[in-house]
Amino acid sequence: MLRRSFKRRQRPQRALIATGLVVATSLLAACGTSGPSDAGDGGITVWALQDDVLNEIEKQSIESFNTEEGGNATLQTFGNDPYKEKLRVALGSPNAPDVFFNWGGGNLAEYVQADRVADLTPMLEENPDLKQSFLPSVLDAAKIDGKYYGLPMRGMQPVALFYNKAVFEKAGAEPPETWADLMSLVDTFKGEGIQPIALAGSQAWTELMWAEYLLDRIGGPEVFQDIRDGKPGAWQHPAVVESMSKITELVEAGAFGKNYASVGYDVGGASTILAQGKAAMHLMGSWEYVNQLGQSPEFVERGDLGWVPFPSIAGGKGDPANVVGNPTNFYSVSAQSQNQDSAKKFISTQLNDPEYVQALIDAGDVPAVSGVEDKLANAENSEYTTWIYELVKEAPNFQLSWDQDLPADEATFMLTQLQKLFLGELTAQQFADSMAQH
Amino acid sequence: MSHTAHHRPSAWYALPAFGFFGLFAVLPMILVVYLSFTEWRGLELPALTGTDNWSRLFGDPEAHASLWRTLLFTVLAWAAQTPIALLIGVWAAGRQRNRAVLSSLFFLPLLLSTAAIALLWQALLDPNFGVTQAAGGPLADLLFLGDPAIALYTVVFVLTWQYVPFHTLLYQAAARTIPASLYDAATIDGAGRFKQFWHITLPQLRYTVVTSSVLILVGTMTMFETVLILTGGGPGTATRILPLYMYETGFAGFEMGYASTMAVLLVLFGTALSLAVIRVTRFRKMSSQQEGL
Repeated sequence: MLRRSFKRRQRPQRALIATGLVVATSLLAACGTSGPSDAGDGGITVWALQDDVLNEIEKQSIESFNTEEGGNATLQTFGNDPYKEKLRVALGSPNAPDVFFNWGGGNLAEYVQADRVADLTPMLEENPDLKQSFLPSVLDAAKIDGKYYGLPMRGMQPVALFYNKAVFEKAGAEPPETWADLMSLVDTFKGEGIQPIALAGSQAWTELMWAEYLLDRIGGPEVFQDIRDGKPGAWQHPAVVESMSKITELVEAGAFGKNYASVGYDVGGASTILAQGKAAMHLMGSWEYVNQLGQSPEFVERGDLGWVPFPSIAGGKGDPANVVGNPTNFYSVSAQSQNQDSAKKFISTQLNDPEYVQALIDAGDVPAVSGVEDKLANAENSEYTTWIYELVKEAPNFQLSWDQDLPADEATFMLTQLQKLFLGELTAQQFADSMAQH
Repeated sequence: MSHTAHHRPSAWYALPAFGFFGLFAVLPMILVVYLSFTEWRGLELPALTGTDNWSRLFGDPEAHASLWRTLLFTVLAWAAQTPIALLIGVWAAGRQRNRAVLSSLFFLPLLLSTAAIALLWQALLDPNFGVTQAAGGPLADLLFLGDPAIALYTVVFVLTWQYVPFHTLLYQAAARTIPASLYDAATIDGAGRFKQFWHITLPQLRYTVVTSSVLILVGTMTMFETVLILTGGGPGTATRILPLYMYETGFAGFEMGYASTMAVLLVLFGTALSLAVIRVTRFRKMSSQQEGL
């Protein structure tokens, strides 16, 4: 269950089928009566994703807001992919929800540019305690043109390099610290007849993680920030070409084996070969731990699942402490809301509330809230959650997944081009050129 | 003959059908044509951009490639399904008991939903845990869904597996209406099984071939759920047919205007194709093949 909740935004495949059907309905529904507040009665509607575990926690926070703060909030939840369509249409209409769940980044930026989202900067400036209660690198993922438009409402999902300790021990190998280590490990494991790195290449977002980390390590976060800001020629920065050629190098060295193009993450392909010792490493979002715990519990309980940060690259400009992934999900306030004050009060009082934070931790999330080390240490899986927490806390920069940070059309195109790069149909230079032309 | 007009039901009976058709087919089609001349990202109102989308479509190499793939895909699906369905249909039309039992088994895929079938084959062909891996041998080295040179044929195979039973049913029903006297006469004249099939069965099934072909051609051209689930258009863009490209543009990239342009193109191609089939086969001039019987 948690695996699903941790998982993705742009998750393709199955859910999309449902979308096709639901879209038509939701488009119609959104024109009509999707029930947000009437003017000025103080009632607010909160939109979030359907999630067995999180919805309970969200309901509790809404109840405590209604009883303790005298609010009048209601929660409405939607499936992942239909939600995107529905939110898009609703924010373009007078029936927008007062508070809405989102992923930050380019997606939110589009709504901000269309003046649909309330600026939260004044609220955070008046209330420095509130601002300091969230981890800065995570809060920044909802910062657009220097202003804040969302507050973190759940756990952080950085990408890490997972590995199979038993396989490493058998080969007498240590987890990689540098890129050179990684490349030599590829040869080591090929010699052992083990696929060096598992990759669920039928889903382009798994390949994207490699591109994100490589570019961050080699060129620093600024290179992608220029790309996101649409600066001319940003895609053709030498660091982009260098990062993408590293991917080609990996593929040609046989790091991902031969069949990665049809391995799926949703069906458990990549995670299972890691757990079975058929692959040695797997670059994946932090949800991989919960995923493995659910699908291959013996593997995790034996203590064979290991994790390290992405390797550093000699001569790279980026800080090796930087992370990429999904900083968190956010609650934002709609600019059209008739009850903005109440909506702002909801997100400013509930999201750093100790009970809410504890509930998230108990559900296996690592909240983006400052000073929760002790709470994490006392909860289950503390070794892992504490590591994730420290990883993000110490990170100078947390780059949001590119497919969320770029405008939707560019992101879709990029994912296709990336798959072609991994298939060897495009060279690094061709990838950069095609992105620049798009 | 004047009494036939008299006995026809009132035209009002057609109202619900026309109402539904207008509301759910004609109206959306008009809207899509309108949207194809706009830019609409879902947030603002659609903005008219003239023929921008159309010139983009003509200059978009990805669109050309996916249109070509769609046509290839449609032709392959037709060429694979028609002979198999025809032969099994004629065979299943026989009244023997073993044929009845085997055909009812053979019609099983008809009971499964498209999504279930695609997921089933995805699991069977999984490159790590699929049946092909368990079987070992040369089969295990073939990446049915992961090799760009093979993936499109894999999808055609899955579609064939899914839709042949339906078309078999058409042929079976049609073959059973062929009068036995024709075969009796042929037998007396000394025609063997093959000659009987070639000179009696096949000509008698002409109209069924046309019906089934139109269904296959138009159905495959607009089909996309199997591809979406089975390969997601991949590896790379090896199986990205036009309907899938349209879907991704509209619902992943949120370029509704451009996606509508592709939708209009698909409508045009689909209509042209079914008109062409009907014209080539002179469906309109069809008359009963059983005159005098």
